[in-house]
Amino acid sequence: MERLIFFVYQNRAFFTFLVLEFFCAWLIVENNAYQGTKFFNSSNGAIAAMNNFSQSVRDYFQLKEVNQMLAEENATLKETLEQQRRKAYPLYIPPSTDTTFAKKYEFISAKVVNNHVDLVKNFITIDKGADAGIEPGMAVISSMGIVGKVKLVSQHYGVVTSVLHIDVMVSAELKRTEHFGTVQWDGNNPDIVEFKYIPRHVDPMIGDSVVTSGYNAIFPEGIMVGIIDEVRLSDEALFYDLKVRLSQDFRKLSFVTIVKNYRLQEQDSLEQEILKLER
Amino acid sequence: MTRVGILQVISFFVYLFYQVLILQNVVLFHTAFCFLYVAYLLVLPVETNPIALMGIGFIMGFSVDLFYDSLGLHALACVLIMYLRNYWLNNLTPQGGYDSNDSPSIALNGLQWFLVYAGPLVLLHHAVLFFAEVGGFSMFWFTLWKIITSSLFTLLVILIAQFLFPGRRR
Repeated sequence: MERLIFFVYQNRAFFTFLVLEFFCAWLIVENNAYQGTKFFNSSNGAIAAMNNFSQSVRDYFQLKEVNQMLAEENATLKETLEQQRRKAYPLYIPPSTDTTFAKKYEFISAKVVNNHVDLVKNFITIDKGADAGIEPGMAVISSMGIVGKVKLVSQHYGVVTSVLHIDVMVSAELKRTEHFGTVQWDGNNPDIVEFKYIPRHVDPMIGDSVVTSGYNAIFPEGIMVGIIDEVRLSDEALFYDLKVRLSQDFRKLSFVTIVKNYRLQEQDSLEQEILKLER
Repeated sequence: MTRVGILQVISFFVYLFYQVLILQNVVLFHTAFCFLYVAYLLVLPVETNPIALMGIGFIMGFSVDLFYDSLGLHALACVLIMYLRNYWLNNLTPQGGYDSNDSPSIALNGLQWFLVYAGPLVLLHHAVLFFAEVGGFSMFWFTLWKIITSSLFTLLVILIAQFLFPGRRR
């Protein structure tokens, strides 16, 4: 026993090394899990505040583009509003009490505080958190297209798993033919994602729109993902190799919208029931 | 705390904040990253206790991780190079040995010696970092390309920093 302790003491540097490395490895594994670590991340108050400061400097360089984008979005929204009003003007429709038409989605706007596109597992920090009603699992979109999924929240900040994360999969469909597949990033180019599982008999073309399918109940249906950039079909393959150019340039992300789905729980619990029955 | 100690603490924060506030935004062609904070770890005094070295490496890596949302990655790579650093230094002992407070920098032994000392450690740090990030060898060639370009970029910036702020001369 004494010799064992002496041995450990003799090699204390090596054992400290082992302990620290195992601790780090444990942290990495723990952080890769869906929920991630609760406290040590960029939604932590002090760190987010500092990122906020750094982003506020960066914002000055993007002001012009952001303004232009917001103005364009405003114009489209106004147009739809005008169309709606013209439609509804002649007759008075009483506010509906039918739950089928009850509000399904709520949209919360947030500002991007920190954003990566060059890592393999990219995360985005936003300046809205639990006190704005944001919960892990909600969808994050922008006016141009999908952005990601909320990973975890603190009181005032939230961390979003970007679509540019090699483990994230989003259910999507070809808008023209309505065949659905899965969108996943391959870790290389932050402009391009892969669109998988489109079977051979479909005929996708360069320039086709890819939108979210609404099957996973997180993203609303019909949110833009991007446009097909490259179509390839090898002789033995069951599915197409499709490259999709993202409609949202992730390097220029500055405002995002968080989507709260009021029916998520209902749909999930219903689907759980089915799974239970099948077992 | 001695004057040298206080200076070390200050430069710790300077390197850390420079990394997370400025260099975090600098990525060339989506492949070449710059992790200048490694330079702080490399130029710590020669005679520092190996356990203290690993402790400092861990704290530095962990702090950087908080900002990159990659908990444990940088810490893992830093602890590894901090463990190997003293063995590597012993292999490269210049004629006449080290003085107790020397820091292994260009000012001490010249450019060539520093490149031989820092090059492999930076390369190892980046290799561990990027392979651990991907979680295996699934994107081997792309990751290797990233490691090589990032190491060259980081080394270049470390050299520039050393020439700009040479520190104590012998």
